[in-house]
Amino acid sequence: MGINKTAMDGTLESSDIQITVSKGTDGVQISLESDVKKRFGDDIIATIKEVVKKFGLDNVNIKAVDQGALDCVIRARTITAIQRAMDNSEQPAWEAL
Amino acid sequence: MAENGERLRRTMMFVPGNNPGMIKDAGIYGADSIMFDLEDSVSLAEKDSARNLVYEALKSIDYGDAELVVRTNGLDTDFFEADVKMMVKAGIDVIRIPKTESAAMVEEMESLVADAEKEFGIPVGTTHLMAAIESAEGVMNVLEIAKASDRMIGIALSAEDYTTDLKTHRYPNGLELRFARNMILNAARAAGIAAFDTVYTDVDNVKGFLAETEYIHELGYDGKSVINPRQIPLVNQVYAPSEDEIKNAENVLAAIEKARKAGSGVISMNGQMVDRPVALRAERVMKLAKASGLIDKEGHYIGK
Repeated sequence: MGINKTAMDGTLESSDIQITVSKGTDGVQISLESDVKKRFGDDIIATIKEVVKKFGLDNVNIKAVDQGALDCVIRARTITAIQRAMDNSEQPAWEAL
Repeated sequence: MAENGERLRRTMMFVPGNNPGMIKDAGIYGADSIMFDLEDSVSLAEKDSARNLVYEALKSIDYGDAELVVRTNGLDTDFFEADVKMMVKAGIDVIRIPKTESAAMVEEMESLVADAEKEFGIPVGTTHLMAAIESAEGVMNVLEIAKASDRMIGIALSAEDYTTDLKTHRYPNGLELRFARNMILNAARAAGIAAFDTVYTDVDNVKGFLAETEYIHELGYDGKSVINPRQIPLVNQVYAPSEDEIKNAENVLAAIEKARKAGSGVISMNGQMVDRPVALRAERVMKLAKASGLIDKEGHYIGK
């Protein structure tokens, strides 16, 4: 199963992160906007990458707009956005949880 | 009934399941129970999102001693199976069944929970249940609901749906809820489980909130559902025992201890016999006093 469409999860409210997932052709590409990018950017990207890996995705584009989200929020939003992009949001993503 | 002891359940704080800010902070207000909502506060398009968010939060955020509860979507929805499986796997303490109308609904939930426990290698019986009573049918069947499973720890009145079902609405004096409140409380006590009162939605009306809380405290309710952290200290204030109650409880417990040391079966205090109900009430008073910060480690009143 791969990415079928562009999908999104999360909001632009404080403590949240908005993740948009779309089809990619050039590996795992992550773009991040965050006020704390300097300090936490690498950690945020690592958390997203870890989820992507668990889904076994090799080519995907991810745009992340962070508003100070905790790790668990970053994971949850990434999981939901990927599942939506895979048309698979009805089933829990056991592989990634 | 689930091993219930005398856990304090003065406040159950509702937290919308898709709000990261509120989920992050839910543990800091001192609520006895925190209820993450996957149902009414989450729109249909965000059910998957809330479920994943609450799951990840339960896995990583430390909520201290609070009892963690999740309200799943109803048994008649497409979401509830995934809700239950994921919450059981996350190790939730209690699943709250919405719109409960019969023992059969509790049994249906119980069997799904048991399946999930087996699937994820969790000892069967770990996950507790509670039921929300939201209709006339539910109120009329509340005793069988309260006794439907050994996993049950409590029942709660949910007054918004209930008053709609009755063809009335909520009034400040609460007369329309009298019957349901008494039915639910008596069913809870008959089953040996906790009774939770409904939410008070007018957050700015402190006087009205206190009056309602004093009333349900007098009836015997374990506590109240709260929708705003500001309501938590108000409930705790109503449930805090008075100095006289605490001193009396101290004396009762001292008399019990004295009789125990003397090997005497009969306990008396100031010439009055101390029997089981008196002893139980004293223990509960001391537990409330401790939670309210009114006694020291040795159990002596330190007051305000």
